[in-house]
Amino acid sequence: MDYETVIGLEVHVELLTESKLFCSCPNRFAAEPNINTCPGCLGFPGILPQLNAAAVKKALTAALALNCEVALYSYFDRKNYFYPDISKGYQISQFHVPIGSNGYIDIKDDQGSTKRIRIGRVHMEEDAGKLVHSPAGDTSLVDYNRAGVPLIEVVTEPDLRSPGEAKYYLEKLKSILQYADVSDCKMEEGSLRCDANISLRPLGSDALGSKTELKNMNSFKAVERSLEYEIRRQRDILISGGEVVSQTRRWEENSQKTFAMRGKLQAHDYRCFVDPELAPIQLTAEEVEEARRNLPEQAEARAARFVKDYKLPGYDAAVLTVSRSLADYFEACLQAYDNPKTAANWIMGELMAKLNTAGIEVDRCSFTPASMAELLIMIDEGLISGKLAKEILDQSFSSGKSPRRIVVEENLVQISDHGELEKVIRQMIEKHPDSVENYRAGKTKALGFLVGQAMAETKGKANPQLVNELLLRALES
Amino acid sequence: MKLHENTAVVLSQLLAKKEVSAIEVTQSFLNRIGDLDPLLKAFVTLTPEFALKTAAEVDQKRINGKRLHPLAGVPIAIKDNICTEGIKTTCASRILSNYHPPFDATVVSSLKAIGMPLLGKTNMDEFAMGSSTENSAFFTSRNPWDPERVPGGSSGGSAVAVAAGMAPLALGSDTGGSVRQPASFCGLIGLRPTYGRVSRYGLIAFASSLDQIGPLALTAEDAALLLGAIAGYDRLDSTSLPEDVPDYSKELGAGIKGIRIGLIGENVDQQFDPEVNAAVKRKLTMLEQHGAVTGEVSLPLTDYGLGAYYLIAPSEASSNLGRYDGVRYGYKAESRHLEEMFSNTRGEGFGAEVKRRIMIGTYALSAGYYDAYYLKAMQVRTMIRRNYEKAFQSFDLILGAATPTPAFKIGEKSDDPLQMYLSDVCNINDALAGIPSISVPAGLHSSGLPMGMQISAPPSGEKLLLAAAHFLDGQKRGVPQRPQLEIGEGGSK
Repeated sequence: MDYETVIGLEVHVELLTESKLFCSCPNRFAAEPNINTCPGCLGFPGILPQLNAAAVKKALTAALALNCEVALYSYFDRKNYFYPDISKGYQISQFHVPIGSNGYIDIKDDQGSTKRIRIGRVHMEEDAGKLVHSPAGDTSLVDYNRAGVPLIEVVTEPDLRSPGEAKYYLEKLKSILQYADVSDCKMEEGSLRCDANISLRPLGSDALGSKTELKNMNSFKAVERSLEYEIRRQRDILISGGEVVSQTRRWEENSQKTFAMRGKLQAHDYRCFVDPELAPIQLTAEEVEEARRNLPEQAEARAARFVKDYKLPGYDAAVLTVSRSLADYFEACLQAYDNPKTAANWIMGELMAKLNTAGIEVDRCSFTPASMAELLIMIDEGLISGKLAKEILDQSFSSGKSPRRIVVEENLVQISDHGELEKVIRQMIEKHPDSVENYRAGKTKALGFLVGQAMAETKGKANPQLVNELLLRALES
Repeated sequence: MKLHENTAVVLSQLLAKKEVSAIEVTQSFLNRIGDLDPLLKAFVTLTPEFALKTAAEVDQKRINGKRLHPLAGVPIAIKDNICTEGIKTTCASRILSNYHPPFDATVVSSLKAIGMPLLGKTNMDEFAMGSSTENSAFFTSRNPWDPERVPGGSSGGSAVAVAAGMAPLALGSDTGGSVRQPASFCGLIGLRPTYGRVSRYGLIAFASSLDQIGPLALTAEDAALLLGAIAGYDRLDSTSLPEDVPDYSKELGAGIKGIRIGLIGENVDQQFDPEVNAAVKRKLTMLEQHGAVTGEVSLPLTDYGLGAYYLIAPSEASSNLGRYDGVRYGYKAESRHLEEMFSNTRGEGFGAEVKRRIMIGTYALSAGYYDAYYLKAMQVRTMIRRNYEKAFQSFDLILGAATPTPAFKIGEKSDDPLQMYLSDVCNINDALAGIPSISVPAGLHSSGLPMGMQISAPPSGEKLLLAAAHFLDGQKRGVPQRPQLEIGEGGSK
C-alpha cells in the first residue's frame, strides 16, 4: 500500500522587543545566568504581570503578515504545570482566543508550483527559562534569563505533505517574519523553534492517522531529516501491520533518529483558564488598519524595488532579498557607495562565499556594509586592485578591521604613479629582451609575461591596468 | 483616656495639635501589644524598632514644619499576606515561614510615604483561606470579646489588633469576606473596596479576581481616612481602576436622607440567628426614621454564590499557589529527585485547608470537568453581577447581615469545612460581583458578643457606604463599643 505523509508544524518565535512580555527586564541574550531577571519573571509572590504593549504590536504585525484574521478582543490564559524552568507554576499564553487565526503562507511545493499552507493560529505567550544539568548528573541549575521573553506560536493546519515542503514553509515563514521585523528567527540561537506533527495515511484516505510529535530539532535541516526518519519508521510499522503509537518523540542529532519521550496517557492536562491578573487585550479596528498599512515591505516587493530603483537583474534582486538582513546589508552598503551592480556582485560573490564557509549570517558578520563600501570605493579610486581587495576582505572579515586601516597599516596602496611604474617597466624591458622581441614578432602572450614580471617586482602593488597601458606604450614606441 | 483607646481620627488631631508625639502614640500601642498579644495572638511578626523609627521621623518632620498627611504618626498593623520589603511575610504558612520579600506592596509604599509606623504583621488563615484564623500554620488568634472564640478570618489578626486597642487601624484582605466577617465578629468597621480600587500589587494572591485589600477600623471616619491613603490607580496592577480617588473624608456627614436602601429578602429567610436578623431590622428602621427610603430587594441567585465562589476561588488558588515548588524561595523539603522535591515541599509546606482548595481547584479546571464546574461557576458569577445591577436600579444601597451568627467557639467548626464556608455566606456575592461592601457593628448579642450588618453599594460607591456607616456610628453617640479586657501582670488575663 502507498502512504501519504501529513505534517503540521508548531513554530515558536521570539519577538524583537526591548523588554520581556510582563516585566521590564531586558529581552536579550546574556551569558551570565539569571542576570536579566527581577522578582516578576522569577515568580515571586505578590508581583503582578504588566503587559508589554510593544510585544502586542509585534504579534499583531506577525498575524497580519501571515494573512490572519485578527481578534480585536483576546486575552491571556494560564497553562498550569510543574517544572523548574517556569517560575510561577504556569505559563501565560493565549489558549482560548489567539490574537490571529485562519491565516496562510504560499510556498512552492516539491513540484515547484504554488501551494497554500493554512495557519490555524498565531498566539502570544511567554518563554520559559533553561535548565543546566551538571556533567556528573547529580544537580540541575535554572537560568531564568529567557523566562518571560515574548514569543508567538504559529501553528499550521496539517497541510504539508513532505519534509521538503516543511522546509520550504519554514524558510518562507522565517523570511516573512524577518521582513516584518517581528523576529530575527535564528533557529541555531533558539529564537525560532519548531515542533513537527507527522502521521501517515493510505493514499486517497481523508482520515488522519495516529501522529507523533517531534521535538528537539535545532536546524531546518534537522526538521527535514527528522521527518524523513519518522516517515520511514512509521511506514515500516504500518507495512508490517502494526499501529503507530501516538506519542512525543525526541530527535537525536547524533544518531539521526527519533526516540519516544512520553505517550498520550502521560500527556499534560494544563488546566487552562483565563489569567485573572491581566486585563483583556482590546484592539480597535483603526489600530489594526494602521498596523496593516505600516506592514514592512516583504521580500517580493523589495526585489521588485531593487530591479526598478537599482537597475539590478531579476536574479540579483532575488538573491539579495533572500533574507531581510542580506537586503538590508546591500542597501546599507549603497548608503556610502553608488554603484549598485558592483555592490551586488561583491555581496553575492565574495561575501556570501565567506559567510557560507564561516557558517554565519550576514548580520553577525564583522565585515560591515560600511567596510564593503570602503573597499569598493578604494577599487574604484584605483588604490587597490580587485585581487588585493579580496585579500583585504578576507582580513577584514576575520579581524573586523576596516579595509582602509588594513591598507594603511600594511602599506598596500596600489602604485599608480606613472614615473615609478615607467621605471619598473624599463627595467623589465631591459631584463627580458627575448620577450620584447617575441612581442614585437606578434606573440602577444609575451605581454602577459612582462606584466606579470612588473607586478612581481612591485610585490603585487602595481595598478595592473596602468602597467598594461604603460607597457604597451613602451613596447610600441 | 489612654492613648491606645483613641480612634485614628482623634490620634491624628492630637498629633496635629502637637499634644502628643508619634513616638508616644506608637509606644502606647507597643505597650498594649506587650500586655495583650501573648493572650490574643494577633501578630505573627512585631516590628517595634521600625515603628519607632518611622514615628521619630514623623515627629522630626512635624517639628520642621513639614506638611503631613493626617495619618502621619498614626500606627498600623498589616495582614501577613501583604509584602513588606525585608520584613518577614509568611501568609501564615509553613511554606513562606521565613520569606522576606525584596519589595513593598503598593499599599505599603503608600503608608510608608505618609509616615504610618508599622507595628507588625498580623495572623491570618493560611493564604487567606479560612474564616477563623484556625488555619494559620502558627497559632489561632483569639477574639478580644471572648478569648474562647475565634476572631473570624481570614484577616483575624488584624481585627483582633484593632478591637483590642493594639493598633488603631489595620489592613486586611477580602477575597470572600475576609475583612468583613472578622470585622463583624470583633465589632469593627471592615470595608471591602470595589475590585480594582486598591492596588493588589504586593498582595500575595489567593484568588486574584476576588482579592481586595481593605481597612479595618473602629469608625467609618477612620476607615475613610485609611481608604483614601491606599486607593488609586496603580500601573503595576493591570486590574486596578483608572479612576480618580474622591476625598472619602469629605461629606461623610452627608446623611442618609432620601437614600434608597433595600434589605436583602433572601438573607432573612436563611438559618440566621434571630437576634442578628432583629438587629439588622432595627438598624433599617432607624435609617428609615432618619429619612432613608427603605424596601426589600430580591437577589434571587444568593444561594448559588457560595457554590460558585468555592469553585472559582480554589481554581485560581490552585494556579496561584503552583509557584511554591521549593526552587526559588520559601520552604524546600528534603528529596532525592525533582518530583519528590515538588511533592515533599508542597506536602510539608501547605496545611490541610490549602491542600483541600488546591485539590478542588485542580479538579474544577481539569479536562472533562472544566465546563461543568469552572465555566458554569463563571456564568453564575456573571448572573450574580447582573442581579446586583438590576437591584441597584431601584436601590442606592443594599443591606443585610454581615454574618449569620456572632463569633463561634474555637474548634467548633474546624472539623466541618462546609459549616466553616457557610460563615461567609453573607459576604461572598458582593465579592463575586466586585462591588464595595462594608461591615458595620449592629449592637451586642444577648451572649455579649458583637453582631454585624453589611451594606453594599454599586461599583465605586465607597463614599456613600462610608456616609451611611458614619451615620450609624453617630447614632451610638460617642466612643465605639469596645471589649472589656482585664489585663493582669505579665499580660495574661
